[in-house]
Amino acid sequence: MEATIYRSHVLICTGTGCVSSGSGKIKERMVAELEERGLQKEVKIVDTGCHGFCEKGPIVIVYPEGVFYCQVDVEDVSEIVEEHLLKGRIVERLLYKEPLTEESIPSYNEIDFYKKQMRIALANCGRINPESIHEYIAVGGYEALGKALTEMTPEEVIEEVKKSGLRGRGGAGFPTGLKWELTRREKSDKKYLVCNADEGDPGAFMDRSLLEGDPHRIIEGMAIAAYAIGADEGYIYVRAEYPLAIHRLEVALEQAAELGLLGENILGSGFNFNLHIKKGAGAFVCGEETALMASIEGRRGMPRPKPPFPSVSGLWGKPTNINNVETFANVPYIINNGAEVYSAIGTEKSKGTKVFALTGKINNTGLVEVPMGITLREIIYDIGGGIRDGKELKAVQTGGPSGGCIPADLLDLPIDYESLTEVGAMMGSGGMVVMDESTCMVDVARFFLSFTQSESCGKCTPCREGTKRMLEILDRICAGEGREGDLELLEELGNHIKETSLCQLGGSAPNPVLSTLKYFRAEYEAHIKEKRCPANVCEGMKSAYVIDESVCIGCTACTRVCPVDAISGERKKPHYIDPDVCIACGACAAKCPVSAIAQG
Amino acid sequence: MSKITLTIDGQTVQVEAGTTVLEAARELGIKIPTLCYHPELSLHGSCRICVVENLDNGRLLASCVAPVADGMNISTRSPRVRKARKMNLELLLANHPDDCLGCDRSGNCELQTLTYEMGISRNDVERFAGEKRDLPIDDVGPSLKREPNKCILCGRCVRVCAEVQGLNALEFTGRGFNSVVSTAFDLPQNEINCSNCGQCVVVCPVGALTEVSEIERVWEALADPEKYVVVQTAPAIQVSIGEEFGLEPGSVVTGKLVAALRRLGFDRVFSTEFSADLTILEEGNEFIGRIKGNKNLPHITSCCPGWIKYAEHNYPDLLNHLSTAKSPQQMFSAITKTYYAEKIGVDPANIFTVSVMPCTAKKFEKVREEHRDSGFQDTDAVLTTRELARMIKEVGIDFLNLPDEEYDEIMGDVTGAATIFGTTGGVTEAALRTVKEVLTGEPLERLELGFMGIKETEVEIAGRTYNIAVVSGLNNAAKLLDEVRAGTSKYDWIEVMACPHGCIGGGGQPIPMTEETKIKRTQGLASIDKSNTIRKSHENPDIIRLYKEFLGEPLSGKAHDLLHTSYQARSKN
Repeated sequence: MEATIYRSHVLICTGTGCVSSGSGKIKERMVAELEERGLQKEVKIVDTGCHGFCEKGPIVIVYPEGVFYCQVDVEDVSEIVEEHLLKGRIVERLLYKEPLTEESIPSYNEIDFYKKQMRIALANCGRINPESIHEYIAVGGYEALGKALTEMTPEEVIEEVKKSGLRGRGGAGFPTGLKWELTRREKSDKKYLVCNADEGDPGAFMDRSLLEGDPHRIIEGMAIAAYAIGADEGYIYVRAEYPLAIHRLEVALEQAAELGLLGENILGSGFNFNLHIKKGAGAFVCGEETALMASIEGRRGMPRPKPPFPSVSGLWGKPTNINNVETFANVPYIINNGAEVYSAIGTEKSKGTKVFALTGKINNTGLVEVPMGITLREIIYDIGGGIRDGKELKAVQTGGPSGGCIPADLLDLPIDYESLTEVGAMMGSGGMVVMDESTCMVDVARFFLSFTQSESCGKCTPCREGTKRMLEILDRICAGEGREGDLELLEELGNHIKETSLCQLGGSAPNPVLSTLKYFRAEYEAHIKEKRCPANVCEGMKSAYVIDESVCIGCTACTRVCPVDAISGERKKPHYIDPDVCIACGACAAKCPVSAIAQG
Repeated sequence: MSKITLTIDGQTVQVEAGTTVLEAARELGIKIPTLCYHPELSLHGSCRICVVENLDNGRLLASCVAPVADGMNISTRSPRVRKARKMNLELLLANHPDDCLGCDRSGNCELQTLTYEMGISRNDVERFAGEKRDLPIDDVGPSLKREPNKCILCGRCVRVCAEVQGLNALEFTGRGFNSVVSTAFDLPQNEINCSNCGQCVVVCPVGALTEVSEIERVWEALADPEKYVVVQTAPAIQVSIGEEFGLEPGSVVTGKLVAALRRLGFDRVFSTEFSADLTILEEGNEFIGRIKGNKNLPHITSCCPGWIKYAEHNYPDLLNHLSTAKSPQQMFSAITKTYYAEKIGVDPANIFTVSVMPCTAKKFEKVREEHRDSGFQDTDAVLTTRELARMIKEVGIDFLNLPDEEYDEIMGDVTGAATIFGTTGGVTEAALRTVKEVLTGEPLERLELGFMGIKETEVEIAGRTYNIAVVSGLNNAAKLLDEVRAGTSKYDWIEVMACPHGCIGGGGQPIPMTEETKIKRTQGLASIDKSNTIRKSHENPDIIRLYKEFLGEPLSGKAHDLLHTSYQARSKN
């Protein structure tokens, strides 16, 4: 192969987020523009995985300068080529602007969103072409597997992972090394290794990004784990809604097999490992390990009681070890750098980093990887750029639909497994939804519970029937029909469901309700006793809009958009909204040219 | 196995490792309430009624799935336990129709019993009032009726169908509150790969699964002066119907059964055992023919309609192995509307044939298009044991104090061989008694085939060794059939009964039904066989007369027309 030295590399993100915002067309145009100018031998285009900053996509980074262009349009491509690649002048208008200072930041590493991150699992995402095993190997890929297979016994691998303090990133936080040891200890002719990529939390895309952006890292992590526990066969259970991740995994599996990094006698060590992809049909409950295994076996994804634990009786009754995608992503780093380096990161009981999907009413949404022990304040204000439109932070919801809401006054909480559980939330797989003052906490609790109720497998009584009754109570509270005793009943039911459900879906489903009841009880009470939604969100309790007569110019714009004919008045004279007819949809306020309309 | 010592409600107990807390408690005589638990099925752990408290850590455990641990300290009655159990029951009741008065299982419903025992009031349930499941009833029949609104999703039916019968005709579908037990694509019961065996009915703790009732049709016929109503009772009924009136399982109540039927107004009362003897003569001779011609072996029995429908769906390629002999029920009805009608001079158009069966699949069998050889639908109505008991109760017949009466004449003689048709292995033993005597003139030793699963034996007749297998439960049958399909079966004769233990464990039998109940019923049948002076089918005087006066000889043309049938391949779905 003839090596070509390029003077510039243009990295175009091909994660799902940027693909949806048009990075495919940008690449096409870039290829054309480079060819037109005869630059194809000087500038190389590289498809990469996700940078995590999907909100600003499509993202294009130009190296060697590391200039970060965001929200690039097809029409911008010729300017990037002409100005930057030909003349060496940065296209200012496409740079990222810090939300608070409005300052343009040219370099990738200088952006606050990235500055405070510590990217271990995501190290290669956005940096290499995920469909090239050679790029992965060039950045040190498969070195850890080589080291494990040739220099370490399985027991030593387990010991290293135990010492690193790595805990399951799927949410429960079980020590990974210990889990491996339990499976290793079982005597069996056959053992399985499973990667749980059934990412089902609304808004979460950690696993997807990892699989799309750096599939070989997961494969490497799994091969090391398989060696450690003594498994020769593995499954990656990934939801069918992730076609790009599946495609990249397929490519990666094929490449790894071709190079002898999967299959029989890997690296001449005598260790065999065959890996399959199993597409899930998209049931949230299949993230639960026993349901996931049932699904792989071709049965309905329903959890079964534990014990027996998968380490004793898992897939097809054989000892099985299941870890989450992100857990595996940390393994090569630990083997390469040693447990001490890894365990130096984080808190006493939670080591390393955690990837969060940062969403909600925050300026910078996206995927971030931060060291354990970082505070919510740092994530929200330093990385996330603060709350949108200068509003006040109200709460942060962590842990996905079964997590809990943390109020703003706990902003300096250092985040780890224990601290989150203590305040009634949980780590979960890493969802983080930021809410501002315009969020109704009752409505939020209702939203999350409606998700878990409809995703319950329906097997056990408390989860199937109990969450439905909780949801009905929340529905009536939000409709202004809450009753005396409803809050007590919610708490009674919530605690009951947590205590008696079969699996952790039910065991955690009431969390959003219980945690909001704990921290925002007054808001619930306002709904029930005053029939008022303080955040003005709940339908039926929204207060009607009112026109400020001293400001209204009588343009009649509001009259024309009102869907229920609640507005009357003569032209060029102040108008009036009938509060009994108004449904508080806000269409009039949005249309008013002089901002004369507001909720009363 | 190592021993584990634990404390339950202050009492210490030592049990094998791997025992569940529920089982350990039962050893101490502490009955923990359950709904989804069933001793003969896999553990499910879903209803959460059986929760107990681990006093060491305050956790609530589902005792049916919680293994014991050394030093465990369990309470089965702490305030937290009682509250949690009640709340789970209340949640189930909040999504259950308020229809106890109109329910087939009223008075024999596990949900109702627990509600009473836990002292749950209407107010307790009403605080959870909200949406209720509102799904249509599947009663297109002809055998089974599903009322999904009554279902408490314990999954016992799903498990018995999958684990015991290997059919998977029922499965959970939907999610969350919309979860429901249903058939593939929500098809009605009569359009799916279902054997109609009714084992799902027997394990259902509530009234969500029942038989399609024919009680009213029978009352109508009895009230119709034009109709000459003839009833036959299957051998298994006489050892089980007593349970409906408080007797021990296995109590033999043949005479009272006959008396009760007469008092209900049936014009003639017969036993299906008569035609069981007829079946033996036909099927026994058919088997001898196959052996001589070395054709269609192994010979597989055909008297169980659940098994027949299962074979039609799942082994259509093996239907030539099935005996063409009709089941005793269908032989009886065909003979009734021909030979017997002639004998008593009644127009067969006015004869209404009823059979009392331990079986739900018989309800399907009677409407099969093949069973119209008398020129009419041969069997008009099929009642389960439970349905007959209900009729007897309705009109206030004091069953326990009835005198013992005899079956009616000319089709009333029965043999011990026919009696044991009601239990697994019985058909085989009855047939071999006749086969051996026909071939050698020597009697057969007692075989003692039964009770459960797959039994095999070798019988030597006239210098040839016959390999015999007896199987009950369709999942067990599948193992033998797969061998037949693969051409590796060593057997000459296979008896298949769809229900575990055969007809005495049938889907139409009294509920509850446990392993112990089934063993006692089997013992009841064996005692009748032993006490019968005629124990071989070919010695039944009424049968001898039937051949002499009407049929000629076994496998004659007339016998073929009336007593043999054919089968049809059905879809696997």
